[in-house]
Amino acid sequence: MAVAEFDVPTLTEYTVVPKINPGAMANIKSFVSPQGPQEYLGYPWELAEDWKERAIDKMGDLLGKYRSLRVFMDACVHCGACTDKCHYFLGTADPNNMPVARQDLMRKVYRRYFTLPGKIAPWLVGAEDLTEDTLNQWYTYYHQCSECRRCSVYCPYGIDTAEVTMAGREILNHVGVGQKYSNEILVKVQKIGNNLGLPGPALEDTLLGLEEDIEADTGVPVKMPLDVVGAEIMLVTPSADFFSEPHVESLIGYAKVFHAAGVSWTLSSKASEAGNFGLFNGSYETMQNVAMRIRDAALELGCKRIIVGECGHAWRVAYSFWNTLTGVGYGGDDPFSKKLQDQLDHRYPQPMHICEYTWDLIQNDVLKFDKSLNDDRVITFHDSCNVARGSRMGDEPGGQFIIPRNIIKAVANNFHDMSADTIGEGTFCCGGGGGLLTDDLIEVRVKGALPRMNAYNSVVQGQGVNFLALICAICKAQFTKVLPYYGFDRGQVGGVHQLVSTAIKLD
Amino acid sequence: MTSLTVIFTGLLYIATIIFIVGIAYRIYEYSRTPAPLVIPTTPAPTSNSGVAMRMAREVVLFESLFKSNKWIWVFGWLFHVGLALVLLRHIRYFQEPVWFWVEFIQPFGKYASFMMIAGLAGLWARRFLVDRVRYISTPSDHLMLALLLAIGISGALMTFVVHTDIVALKAFALGLLVFDLHPVPEDPLLLIHLGLVALLMIIFPISKLLHAPGIFFSPTRNQKDDPRTTRHIAPWAAELERDKA
Repeated sequence: MAVAEFDVPTLTEYTVVPKINPGAMANIKSFVSPQGPQEYLGYPWELAEDWKERAIDKMGDLLGKYRSLRVFMDACVHCGACTDKCHYFLGTADPNNMPVARQDLMRKVYRRYFTLPGKIAPWLVGAEDLTEDTLNQWYTYYHQCSECRRCSVYCPYGIDTAEVTMAGREILNHVGVGQKYSNEILVKVQKIGNNLGLPGPALEDTLLGLEEDIEADTGVPVKMPLDVVGAEIMLVTPSADFFSEPHVESLIGYAKVFHAAGVSWTLSSKASEAGNFGLFNGSYETMQNVAMRIRDAALELGCKRIIVGECGHAWRVAYSFWNTLTGVGYGGDDPFSKKLQDQLDHRYPQPMHICEYTWDLIQNDVLKFDKSLNDDRVITFHDSCNVARGSRMGDEPGGQFIIPRNIIKAVANNFHDMSADTIGEGTFCCGGGGGLLTDDLIEVRVKGALPRMNAYNSVVQGQGVNFLALICAICKAQFTKVLPYYGFDRGQVGGVHQLVSTAIKLD
Repeated sequence: MTSLTVIFTGLLYIATIIFIVGIAYRIYEYSRTPAPLVIPTTPAPTSNSGVAMRMAREVVLFESLFKSNKWIWVFGWLFHVGLALVLLRHIRYFQEPVWFWVEFIQPFGKYASFMMIAGLAGLWARRFLVDRVRYISTPSDHLMLALLLAIGISGALMTFVVHTDIVALKAFALGLLVFDLHPVPEDPLLLIHLGLVALLMIIFPISKLLHAPGIFFSPTRNQKDDPRTTRHIAPWAAELERDKA
């Protein structure tokens, strides 16, 4: 598609905090959703006469339902600690991309209508009326936030701009301004079963094709079962794993792992999507509706374990929210929860990440590898934001950093981490998450990737790294698109289970 | 009974009521507002004691701020620790006899006023010198620092330079506690100090100073990371699923 020309930022040894350039990204506007998706999701599709009252009402509603929003609106002291932490600010220099300023777009309206000083002396406390200009600002800048939570690590009170962005998008949807990209996806996943809109027969056909490919490649009849009732494990993976490169290499990796472990497993055409864009839009109901497919499929298939494939935000939703939303997990003593809990195998956490599963097998010597098969790869690992700051793997906090790296080191000889302040809890978002993985936001995506690209470039130059290992479908899509802008070959992007697939020895 | 005494007695009582009732109301509001999803910023503790430790490290050491920006941490921590010691030293006006540790803390509290003033000055300077912070600073941000600095400076002036009648002041303070009114010393510096303190107490519950109770309610810091083993559900969300069983 034709987009406005923009300059790709220059790579530097360390990411420099830029001087602010007000308005630098003020004209970015992701395509607005037309009537169809809005109607399906239960939202209006254009501003009504009373849009302002509706917006303020909705804000009040959200303030009453979410402690995060209420506390975060009040607690910010404008200290500025967060101002140089967001990759979109570092890449664009637009001050509204500083987390505090992004929050202030809503806070200024909150103060005007919900606080005493804002009502009687708005000029004093930076309070402003809600105008169409402000609404446009919201739309612009809440689609320049990938909801990666990096800011919440560095705020003294843990203020999480993602919570504000989610609320902002929910209010925008509520008055008729939705994002085409995310909302079309939410229609597809609820109508058809996955974000790509792939119907069951297409999926079945794809899986059969992959089975043939694997057997031709390895000589081993590794299967990709679909909708098998009574299988022990149900794998829920991002739909991109079925169709995209390099994602499909990871899917092949999962299948090989299950084959080597000798377990019965299945994919599900009903639960053919791990991803849940309801998270990005800040709609509890939508997020729950999308997640319920997992529960329904698990009950229909009678599986004992639910495992999630390589997907970042999906893992946050699965790990942190599925138990709440759908009863996948333990600890509930109400009928809704118990119905599913009673079916699941309590020897294992539910759900589990495929990396937790594979690492368990590696630790128990169930899997065999020839590491030299990965010798042409010099590998680094990017911690995906939702995994890093919104989830856990294993028993100890921080397992989500250790387990994927352990797998890489078990299947390959050459591994180097990027700079310490760009990985782990401070990892820089790939720039494409949170509903921004669309070409109408390509400028935001390319510029937002700068801090990660700087860190990647350092290990490319310094250690000869030529492979960026990932466990997130959005990261894989974002980096394959964005690496070439910065002069790297898109073939350098791949999944952790792609590395597993390369090195695993099947009999 | 001078009119000044009446005014300041009334002002301080009203300020105290607004302060206590206001903060209590905010705490009530925060605690009543549900946190429907498990959203601690991970890596996060998996136990209650872990959460208590995390919260303690935040409140005492300003752990996240330290990771974030050493300058703000130095100025902010200096200010807060200085303020804490100064406040503890002030307990001497409200006790007779004064507790041992309040006596012990007197010299620390005296010089902590410098820490407090230095911290505030540093924070205010940042609001001019750093373009990113200048951009986000509202009039109330500047005024809040000015208020705190004025309180700190007027207090330090009374301790070190222009001594006030602290015997009369203590009688006044002790009297307030038991509703036995004594005259307020008519020292301009003291009256400014008391007036500004009253103002601070009045605006506390309607300002960003709510970060003080607020941090304890911040879900990204006060939640446990145990969503797979404990089912966390808000009452309004439980309503939604009543029909889904």
